[in-house]
Amino acid sequence: MKFGIQVNEGPYTHEASVSALNFVKAALEAGHEIFRVFFYHDGVNNGTRYTTPPQDDINIVNAWSELAEKHNIDLVVCVAAAQRRGIVDEGEQERNGKDGNNIAPGFRISGLGQLIEAGIQSERLVVFGD
Amino acid sequence: MSTLHTINKSPFDRASLQSCLRLAADGNAILLFEDGVYGAMKGSTVAELVEKALSNKTIYVLGPDMKARGVDESKLIDGIKVVDYKGFVELTVENDKVNAWV
Repeated sequence: MKFGIQVNEGPYTHEASVSALNFVKAALEAGHEIFRVFFYHDGVNNGTRYTTPPQDDINIVNAWSELAEKHNIDLVVCVAAAQRRGIVDEGEQERNGKDGNNIAPGFRISGLGQLIEAGIQSERLVVFGD
Repeated sequence: MSTLHTINKSPFDRASLQSCLRLAADGNAILLFEDGVYGAMKGSTVAELVEKALSNKTIYVLGPDMKARGVDESKLIDGIKVVDYKGFVELTVENDKVNAWV
């Protein structure tokens, strides 16, 4: 079955990012397909490579990047939510005249249409958040 | 047409469990996870509401999230079923829709 995942909460806030990660891993293990993970609201904070938790803590951003690379998962960060929170890729850096970018590997910034498409293309949309 | 409702907040923090129990249709499934697992415990102020809902709804609780909070299975309201993440995925497949009460 094809799944769309929406994450509305940042890492290290409550538990939504980790729950979503665990759900995605379990779905892949059961042979399901993850069409897309869409990071919305504070969820966009999952997509900055500058996240540096203490070494004995789970690195949630790296966990998403590694999972995306291993299973070719599309990780999409909402552009409007990202702009508000300073999540920037090369394109946004140029467009907004910023002095750098911080998007993590495997993530891309795009619009809300990507969430709508995930809802249409996936057989289930599962939402994790605050 | 069946719906899986997911609750991730404690009923002593938000009213999402109470709202869900009031509005979910008979025959629907409800999964309590993250801090939502506290809603599955015996003897709380919402226990009676949850017990009543069990007569026409199936209620599940996520085992790993119970364990993380030191909630033993013996503390669960009778009739609530424990699932792991594999079971969580299965519930989303078995039901036509997933409605997160976030």
